[in-house]
Order: sequence, then C-alpha cells, then structure tokens
Amino acid sequence: MNELEATLRPKETVQPPYPAKRIVLASGESMIVRQATREEVPGLLEALEPLLWVERDYYDIVGARTFAELLGWKRYRVRDEYCLVGILDGMLVGLVNGRSLSRNIGISLHTLALRRGLRIGAHLFAAKMEYHIEYLNQKEVYIVAESPIGFRRWMIEYSLEERPHVHHELGGVISYALTRPLYFDSKDRLVVGERPVSDEMLASTFDFEIPEPDMLITQVSGRPE
Amino acid sequence: MRDVAIIGAGQTKFARTEWPLVDLLVEGTRTALADVRIDETLIQSVLVANMGAGMLNHQSGVASAVVDALGIFPAHAELVENGPASGASAVKLGFLGIAAGYYDIVLVVGGEKMRAVTGWESTDFVATLTHPVAEYIYGITLPSMAGLFARLYMDKYGITPEHLAMVAIKNHDNAMLNPVAHIQQPITMEGILHRPEAVVNNPIVADPLRLFDCCPVSDGAAGLVLCAADRAKEFCEKPVLVAGIGQATDTQVLHEREDPTDLKAVRLASEQAFRMAGVRPSDVDVAELHDAFTILEIAESEHAGFFEKGTGHRAIERGETRIGGKLPINPSGGLKARGHPVGATGIAQLVELVFQLRGDAGDRQVKDARVGYACNFGGFGNNVLATILKKG
Repeated sequence: MNELEATLRPKETVQPPYPAKRIVLASGESMIVRQATREEVPGLLEALEPLLWVERDYYDIVGARTFAELLGWKRYRVRDEYCLVGILDGMLVGLVNGRSLSRNIGISLHTLALRRGLRIGAHLFAAKMEYHIEYLNQKEVYIVAESPIGFRRWMIEYSLEERPHVHHELGGVISYALTRPLYFDSKDRLVVGERPVSDEMLASTFDFEIPEPDMLITQVSGRPE
Repeated sequence: MRDVAIIGAGQTKFARTEWPLVDLLVEGTRTALADVRIDETLIQSVLVANMGAGMLNHQSGVASAVVDALGIFPAHAELVENGPASGASAVKLGFLGIAAGYYDIVLVVGGEKMRAVTGWESTDFVATLTHPVAEYIYGITLPSMAGLFARLYMDKYGITPEHLAMVAIKNHDNAMLNPVAHIQQPITMEGILHRPEAVVNNPIVADPLRLFDCCPVSDGAAGLVLCAADRAKEFCEKPVLVAGIGQATDTQVLHEREDPTDLKAVRLASEQAFRMAGVRPSDVDVAELHDAFTILEIAESEHAGFFEKGTGHRAIERGETRIGGKLPINPSGGLKARGHPVGATGIAQLVELVFQLRGDAGDRQVKDARVGYACNFGGFGNNVLATILKKG
C-alpha cells in the first residue's frame, strides 16, 4: 500500500465476529443469517443493481445507498462497516449493514429484504441490533428510516428514543437510538434464532445464488407493471 | 321472476398494483368479458361494487367512468356500496333487474384500490364502517373487533390457536393453486405457531389474532356477466344459475347484540338463500366464506348451517374443509390468501364458484361440484349476503 492509499484508507478496528444463526420462517424453511465477507461484495452488488430503479417502498434509495456503502467497504473507504446476509436454500434473500462510529456507538445503515412476506427484513434488522448490542457491546445504535415501513418497523416496534441533537450520517433528519435497555426489553419478542449452526449448514450458504432480476423486482414490488 | 344465469366470470390478479382504480375495474371487466362470447354493446347495465373510491382514491362517479372507459354507451351505470359486502349486493341488484324483466344482460364488476394509502390509513378506512359514536371514536378497528369476537368464540367453544392456524394454512395451500391469488406463500404450523421464531414470524395483531389470522390488504377487481337464463346459451356453453340469494342485517354496534357470538345475519341470510334455491346446506359441494379473519371461516361455516354451532373447528381438524374433503371451503384461498380488495371480494367469491361449477378450476377443482354457496360478510356481520349458485 502506498502512502497516499494509506491516507485515504480508514484504520479499521478489529471487531468480534457475528456468529451465524438459523431462523425458521413462517414457511417452515430455514434462513441462515451470517456475516458476509468483503470478497462477497461483488455478488451482493449484482443482487442490488436491479433495485436501483424500483421506486416502490423506497427500494431505489435504499438499494442505491446500500450499493454505495458496500462498495465503500469493499474499496476500503468506510470505517468499521459490516454486512449480515440472510441465505435461504442457497439463495440470498436479504441483507443488512451497519458500522461502528466508536467503541460505544453503532450506526445502523440499511436493511433490505429481497423476498417478501416472510418477515425477513424484521429478522435481519433484529440480527443487526443483536450484533451491535450483544457482540460489539455498544451502548446504543443510531437509526433513521427512509421508508414508512422502516419507520413503523424500527422506531415504533422497538420504541426507539429520539436523539434530536444527533444528525445521522444518512441524512438530515434527527436520529433515533436503540439503547441497551430498550434492546433487552424487546429482545424476547423480536430477536430469535438458534445457534450454533452446523458446519455443513453454514457451508451451504457460501457461493450463494442471487435472485434473477425479473424475479427480484416481482418479489419486492409485486408484479411488474 | 325470470331465472338468471352467470355467463362470464373473471378477476384480475389480486396484489398491489400501480393501476388507477378505473383501469383496475376495466381490467376486471375484461377478464369477465373474455370468458364469454358477447358483443359488449348488448350490456344494458353496469353495476360497480366499490367501498372506498372517495376515501382512498379521491374519486366519485366511478360507475360512469367505467362505462366511459369501456365505451359501451348508453348502458346504465350505478355504484353499489355496502361495505365489504358491496360485491354480493351488486350481484343481487343485477339479479333483480334481470329477474324483473327490466334487463337481459348486466355487467357486475367490483374492485378496490386499497394500497393507494398506507396500511394504517386502509385500516382506518375499513374501520369507518363501525358505529361512529359507539365504536369508532374509541379506536376500534376491524382487526380489534375480530379479536374480541375471536376471544369470546374460542372460550365458548374450545377453539385453540391451532384451529385458527389450520384455517390459514389450508387457505394459503389453496391459494398456491390459484394463479390470481394475492398470497402465494405456503405456511406451516411450526413456522407460525410452534417454533420460538413464531413470535416474530406471526406476531399478535389483535389478541388472540395473529398476523396470519388476518387477510392481506389487496388491490384487485372481479367481474361477472349476468344474463336472463333463457338467453344464456346464446353466449356460452356452460351457464351457471343464480339459484338463491339471501340477505339480512343486524345491529351495527356489536355490543348491542343479545349474543355477540351469534352471527344472526349470516344465519338468516343463509336460510333465505337455501329456501329460495330449494336446497339444504348438506347439498352444497363447495363454499366460499368471508374469512377476513380465520375465526370468521369457522363461525360462518356453522351459522350457514354446514356444521353444528361450536363444531366447525372439529371439521377443520378432520380435514373436511380441504379440497378433497367433505365440504371444501375457500378453494380459491379465501380472503385470507386470495386477498380482500373489499369491493371485489363478493364478486370474486362467485367467480370462484362459477369456475368450480363449470369444472374450470384447474388444480383446485372440487370434484363433481354442482351446488356452491358464498357468504359475503358486510360490516362486522351487520349486513350479510348469502348466494347459492347451481350448475346450469
């Protein structure tokens, strides 16, 4: 690495890993939630690309921003970012990302369900909060929503606290925060899953497939118009 | 009275759509017209069933707009609004117009574009059918009303959450066989009730009702072409007869009923329809019930006379209401999984019965179906229509 690159590249903190877990969905199918690696980012970007033009439920802005965040992570331009993926039968069905602002403060970035109707987004968001509070051991996580669904899901379901003086890095609105007490108050009804995941099951989640673009657009937005 | 037949039937896919309401209704009409050989200009009257055009879509004069879009002037045009029973009400009015000899051919189309607003707003919209002073102002919604009803009904008759889940699972399975159903997702008892994950997969909406006990909020339209029975063969090979129609009302306020677990209007409407059709509940081969909430499928199946009161859940346990069972209920997926665009629902129920009675229901066909029954439940059972169709 040359000197200029070293200047451009943020220093990274060694973070504890997120241990994979298995979640049985309403369909009876098992979704594995695990931490993605930098090497998997190109596949994730390919999965996100068709969403950049789907206005419904703000998939376009969430997709575009997540695309940029993951690209920033891959190219070492964002500090302490991570991504969790949901894999069902070898298929990518959702992803969430976030990062650490400091030792005590987490930043929730985005949550994207690529298959709908099975509460995959709710499970993945809960996994993200679990990572920040229980594994990164942070005091609170700053959160904003870009869609009404997100607002209802996160701000209301978790009874998040307003942080009027905190400007979240995703935009100009005030931030909300998930605190440790709020997390543990909600954990029983919102955070689920079994650990450990067997090696065999975990191995089945590598080299995951991504949804076909047409199928993905139909999944997230209803039938193509 | 002249006999009346259904000569054409069809529906759009129930889903969330970007189409404007009138386009949706026109598409629902097109699916019905594609099912019959008819010159559209022969349609004398168009009845449009819709509950929320004004509130959800900021539109009035919808029936005239549909006629205009179809270009079938000078057909008569009226909007029929009877809450979630608007569809069956429109069919009843079309039936009466033909039976009286005033019309020969009537198009009935119902539709709703509910996803134009947020889930909160659509829940509030449906809640406006409750009593404004005795109920609505206290924040009651249809899910919460159904939750209260479910708690009483379950306690009284020993119904468990598993029984409700069996209804949901059956109807999701049926919808997998119906390409125009809104929800194309099988669910399992394990995933929605027995696993620890069920707390997230299937959260409480209005205790004891959970997410998968409630119908989705859908956009969609469905249409029927009604015709004087003596002319039906001019237009199709397999007309289906409208054999009986019954209707009954009850108190708007739920707590004013002598027994809130008694769906008196379902019972009275059904009895009237059976009398008119000259058949008994035991003669029915297939039924479409108004399962906006799973508990309603059980309760309506009893009040319609298919099972003794308090035993409908036992019939579900025995698999009698599955396709292939003694009395298949909601082979279309029902409101629970086919979807519930309120103005379209009563018509979509009859569309399914028409397909079943003609033998055109594909993988979800009920064998040898000759008599079909539908219950379209308006309000919270305060304005109910029962319709019986017979194979022509």
